[in-house]
Amino acid sequence: MTIIFKEETFHDDFTFRNSPEAVKRFPFPFPEDSYMYSVNLEPHKSYRPGSVYERTFDVDEHYVSEMRDRARVLAEDPLRCQSLPHMTLAGWDLLELIMTSKAEEYPELFELHRDGAKWHWINRPLGIEQKFTFLDETTLPYGPMEYITRQTQGDFAVLDQRDDNLWMDAGMVTTQADWSLDFDIGMNFFEWHAPVPKAHEMGIFQRALKFLLNIQQGSPARRLNWTMTVNPLLDTSPENYHKWGVMKKDLTLENMGQMMHLRVELQTFFRLPRSNALVFPIRCYLIKLDELVTVPKWARRFHRVIRDLPTELATYKGFVTNRPKIVEWLSKYDDGALTSPGIWPD
Amino acid sequence: MLEGSILSRPVYDVLEIRPGRLHLMVADAEGAEAILDLAASAPSDFFARAHVIYVPKRAGDKFIAKLEQLAPAQLYVGPTYEAALPRLRRVLAGAHMGLQVYLAGTEGLMGQAMFEATEAGIPHSAIQTEHRGSAVRRVQCVHCKGITEDVTHDPFQCAHCGLHLFVRDHYSRRIAAFQGVRVDAEDPGNIPESVERFR
Repeated sequence: MTIIFKEETFHDDFTFRNSPEAVKRFPFPFPEDSYMYSVNLEPHKSYRPGSVYERTFDVDEHYVSEMRDRARVLAEDPLRCQSLPHMTLAGWDLLELIMTSKAEEYPELFELHRDGAKWHWINRPLGIEQKFTFLDETTLPYGPMEYITRQTQGDFAVLDQRDDNLWMDAGMVTTQADWSLDFDIGMNFFEWHAPVPKAHEMGIFQRALKFLLNIQQGSPARRLNWTMTVNPLLDTSPENYHKWGVMKKDLTLENMGQMMHLRVELQTFFRLPRSNALVFPIRCYLIKLDELVTVPKWARRFHRVIRDLPTELATYKGFVTNRPKIVEWLSKYDDGALTSPGIWPD
Repeated sequence: MLEGSILSRPVYDVLEIRPGRLHLMVADAEGAEAILDLAASAPSDFFARAHVIYVPKRAGDKFIAKLEQLAPAQLYVGPTYEAALPRLRRVLAGAHMGLQVYLAGTEGLMGQAMFEATEAGIPHSAIQTEHRGSAVRRVQCVHCKGITEDVTHDPFQCAHCGLHLFVRDHYSRRIAAFQGVRVDAEDPGNIPESVERFR
């Protein structure tokens, strides 16, 4: 398997596109024709070769450009990456997990050579070669969490576990669906989810927390979450909301297929060995509606999901104003035929 | 009483006497009344082991004489929270096991003093709080990160960057502030009428 890494942007001229192969492996998040919150957690096991579920940390054609976008966002706002002092060990745990997984699962792209604490890391796509001493911060150009997450797609929340709760005490957050690490750092599981409507009353967070507190080493879990984004913006942060919020106004029936994107988060959860912290990678996948409707099953189903979504959720997800237009556009691709169960194309 | 809200918003209680070797009390404005009410049920030697840090703000000298009558071991009356901060930090730095912390008054005062106490290693759940007086909010602009004190209106104009912000209930203990987000981000210039929500 060879990945051809694309040259593309997620800002200004927005040249991001998915190849037909990337569309086929897109993690479409709806197993049925309607959507409501659920604790849709399952074991993060290798599944369906070629899919985003095959590898521990999926690397795809957008890797190099996404890492360039992360560096750009961090240069503008270093507060997107923070780690409270007691979280450094968890950062090393995370670095080890990512380096060993990538070197094993993508040997042609990444290499890790270990001689005791003397480590040698090679990242071919990004042209990085680093010799360092494991657990010695002075031997890396950044802290361990920042170092490795500048080379790994997706946001990372690193959660300390104490008092039967999870605490968001470190993170790298540049591809987020409108939440602020700088504001939320130090909060517990219920506090950082406080603004989410309905789910608290439904008991979603109580059950999810119970599950997450019991995640064991070597038994990671995963779930999908979704929203919609106008233009292929990885960085839809509250910090920059005054810059991207206005783009929602530009949406028309004519530009819908190119401008409107389904945004899916592959969320995974891993127990870390030394710190007993939990790492919560949140990987963002974007797909244009023009690309999505090339899969007839997804087109039909997505129309029905968006049409029937409770108003409260459409508001929270930020597309309630544009929903009538989106539904009108999608309706052209829905002939009313039955859809098969599950998320995969027929 | 403050209205109920989302789960990131702190919940305030009523101060009660707890056994301790030193009782550190930080209060502003009408927060003094919470300390005075606490005194009603205090054992006779309680204030001999108390350090009261008080910022009168709009209450002026209304409660100062009454606080003096409690005869705390130390009573500090300061012009602003910022002025009192070095003292608060010094007390926390020298604290031993058996310190009890009591915070009373506005959310802004309690939130900031709470942060200092937790930085000094006291778990936030061990710190008592009682809201008294004004419900004005301390709000951080999510865009420029500047904090505007004593916000009464929603939306309001950020004191730092000038954007018009709406006030969320989402609250950060570390920043000791609510979150402010540009109200006209999706439709620049369309700013709803500002109403007094916090007084």
